[in-house]
Amino acid sequence: MASIAETHTGPHDGGHHESYLTAKRGIASWLTTVDHKRIGVMYLASILFFFFVGGVAALLVRTELLNPGKDLVEHAVYNQLFTLHGAIMVFLFIVPSIPASLGNIVLPLMLGAKDVAFPKMNLASYYFYVVGAILFILTIVLGGLDTGWTFYAPYSTTTSTSVISATFGAFVLGFSSIFTGINFLVTIHKMRAPGMTWDRMPLMVWALYATSLIQVLATPVIAITLLLLICERTFGIGIFDPALGGDPVLFQHFFWFYSHPVVYVMILPGFGVISELVTVHSRKGIFGYMAIAISSVAIAFIGFLVWGHHMFVAGESSLAATVFSFLTFAVAVPTAIKVFSWIATMYGGSIRYTTPMYYVFVFLFLFSIGGLTGLFLGALAVDVQMHDTYFVVAHFHYVMMGGTFIAFLGGLFHWWPKFTGKMYDERLGKLSAVLVFIGFNVTFFTQFVLGSRGMPRRYYTYQPQFHTLHEISTIGSYILTAGLLVALVTFIKSLKSGEKATANPWNGMTLEWHTESPPIEHNFAEQPICRRGPYDFPEIDESAAGARH
Amino acid sequence: MQTFSPVLIGSGGFWMPPQASTFAPNTDALFHFILWLCAIFFAGLMGATAYFGWKYKKRSDADRTSPIRGNHKLEIVWSVIPGLLLLVIFGWGFAGYREMIVAPPNAINMHITGQKWSWTMTYPNGGEDGNRLVVPINEPVKLTMSSIDVIHSFFVPAFRVKRDVIPNRYTTIWFQATELGSYPIYCTEYCGDRHSEMIGHVDVVTREEYETYLRGLAGCSEGDDLVACGERQFQRLGCGACHSVVPGQRIVGPSLAQVFGHEVSLTDGTTLTADEDYLRQSIMDPNSQIVEGFAPQMPTFAGRLDGVNLAAVIEYIKSLQ
Ligand code: HEC
Ligand SMILES: [Cu+2]
Ligand SMILES: [Cu+2]
Repeated sequence: MASIAETHTGPHDGGHHESYLTAKRGIASWLTTVDHKRIGVMYLASILFFFFVGGVAALLVRTELLNPGKDLVEHAVYNQLFTLHGAIMVFLFIVPSIPASLGNIVLPLMLGAKDVAFPKMNLASYYFYVVGAILFILTIVLGGLDTGWTFYAPYSTTTSTSVISATFGAFVLGFSSIFTGINFLVTIHKMRAPGMTWDRMPLMVWALYATSLIQVLATPVIAITLLLLICERTFGIGIFDPALGGDPVLFQHFFWFYSHPVVYVMILPGFGVISELVTVHSRKGIFGYMAIAISSVAIAFIGFLVWGHHMFVAGESSLAATVFSFLTFAVAVPTAIKVFSWIATMYGGSIRYTTPMYYVFVFLFLFSIGGLTGLFLGALAVDVQMHDTYFVVAHFHYVMMGGTFIAFLGGLFHWWPKFTGKMYDERLGKLSAVLVFIGFNVTFFTQFVLGSRGMPRRYYTYQPQFHTLHEISTIGSYILTAGLLVALVTFIKSLKSGEKATANPWNGMTLEWHTESPPIEHNFAEQPICRRGPYDFPEIDESAAGARH
Repeated sequence: MQTFSPVLIGSGGFWMPPQASTFAPNTDALFHFILWLCAIFFAGLMGATAYFGWKYKKRSDADRTSPIRGNHKLEIVWSVIPGLLLLVIFGWGFAGYREMIVAPPNAINMHITGQKWSWTMTYPNGGEDGNRLVVPINEPVKLTMSSIDVIHSFFVPAFRVKRDVIPNRYTTIWFQATELGSYPIYCTEYCGDRHSEMIGHVDVVTREEYETYLRGLAGCSEGDDLVACGERQFQRLGCGACHSVVPGQRIVGPSLAQVFGHEVSLTDGTTLTADEDYLRQSIMDPNSQIVEGFAPQMPTFAGRLDGVNLAAVIEYIKSLQ
């Protein structure tokens, strides 16, 4: 079968190259590996573990909210649970999710490289992640954290819970992000296969490029902010706490200057995954390659200038609020272009209803809602009403979970045969997509209504008029959980008894499909050479009218 | 209290709480404008997805696919049209917001103080009330707000106004109520344990009722029944958010029943018998003596309670036996 690469030998020559999974054995060979694929697998296992922990916290939160007043736990415990859920999902799951796990494995493969540019730095990044994660776990042991994942001062400088270990954990995790970011940037610049010009790079690579830029530029700001917070708490130096002469709004500026761009660190890789999935499974060239590629970078830059939209009612000047609102709408345009392009890509295709494609449909539905509801929040007068209510909670779950997480799952199904060399049960995979879709909407759509009717977020108990909607939302979260468990079963079953995967089960054109499944230790038996674009599928009828605009 | 269940549509419709201020109609109109726009776009997007998904489903291995890889005209159209619509939303949102930040010069000035976990309202005549804001209908009211501990946020859904309440800094909002009734005030910035119970009410009343209410607010004076007046102060200052008056019942602070004249153990290991002086110091400088088993959560009331009012509160605590 044709592919964008040509090597002198096919992927199936001689059996003397061992797969990366079996080339070396023993725990030590994993813990000291510098192979990007193994590091990616370790990241994958770790983030899935923390997704599980954060998910359990979420279920406890939802169960507590089944009725007003106490169902399971007391106020203080509830406050720690939602903090734990947010902090773990953001810092230990979503931020590293696609780049450090899927991205780590596929990036060098897609580029036709042997590894990332700095393999040891890649391993160091993983260990920073582990240290950060241990600090978070320590936080739970040391008395928990009840500040919300946003650590707003002066609450965070005065609460008696364990703020220092948590912020220090987030600080260390920042290094892990920066290391991955630098590594990817250099890898993309320097290690592309011969013939892979910038306009032949898979869109996943473009997305990882934009993501890495943000990580390298924005992460130092949060690192410094968290250090300042630690200084304030330990040495009583007044920076944010007005009782010491500090300014609490300054904290919010610092925090969102990082945390808004990081929203794009979370979502851009998801965009990249969807671009790969939608093309491969509908056998079509992507619609508007350049628009998608460039809009990722545009989003990365404008994304630095909109942090104030989190503070419209927080005492920032009204001039600032106006400018931030305007710029927020400006970022909406490139995002809309992407959605239009993905849908247009399906036009004239030959769509395969595989599990990854199911997840593409789920993504398009949920992410569209997530994106569109952002318009309510960008509009100043309406944001005054919606800010810090469940409307915001629903919005960012549609974007982060309905967008990034769904793309992550879809990507995991898509590349699973490549990572493990095993196929999975398509029926189970599709069932998981359907259950997740239903459960997700039941859980979070209700929260839009709760929020617009005035239900504030981070509430342990609530007034009786909100009861029914909270009940529905909680039931939805159980359906969602069932869907995720089905996905888990699909993966476990595949590992145990999955059919052997071929090198290229989806007939993808990008280079990762041009080596064995699972790949050999050094990725390719010989240096691949790139001769075509990433989405030039053999099914495409180049002679048809309307070709190449 | 008015409820806003989906059945009782009121003037807010399915999505929004009842409209009770001059801002509400504009905010809701914009909300519904965006809602319809989104609904139309969403239907278009999902319609196209469903149609393509059905029309271009794989039929056979011999399927050939279209070579289209873009269309500049289409791409320009779908960037420019949403861009223009977004400009409209921005402009409309900005116009509504500008109304909200400039209070009319004739507005009645009131002061709001946020603390863990209650609101104190101070009226133009100096009178204070806890968790209850009384405003006359159809008159502009301007609130100047600050916090004595962490950040809170003052939100009245029915008025469509919200603003953070920050320590060491004043923030303001204004509104003009248009419907008589009682509407909830929520704290929407997370502030700790009882954040979800930091709830107050705005009562929108007639001008006459408002004036009668103000007259009743004055503090205690010599000759009043101190215990009764102390109880009013106790409620007004939000002591009840943290202290029960039922013996032995713990909220965030200890129950204040059966404290006076009884032994108190402090975290520094000493024990003492609670007398008037101890009570006074507990209120004015709470962190100087921390009761065993409790965290230093209590804000100081120095400057907000003195003279006969302080004496009344102490008499009230003494009466809780
Ligand atoms: C934010 C919660 C909070 C509020 C509001 C609050 N307190 Fe307290 N109070 C506490 C806590 C916690 C303690 C125990 C720790 C300490 O001694 O400071 C306490 C202790 C006390 C004590 C000592 C009790 C004892 O058993 O020895 C008195 C008296 C007291 N408060 C009176 C008041 C009065 C009067 C008010 C209102 C004017 C008030 N408090 C408002 C939290 C609060
Ligand atoms: Cu943002
Ligand atoms: Cu609060």
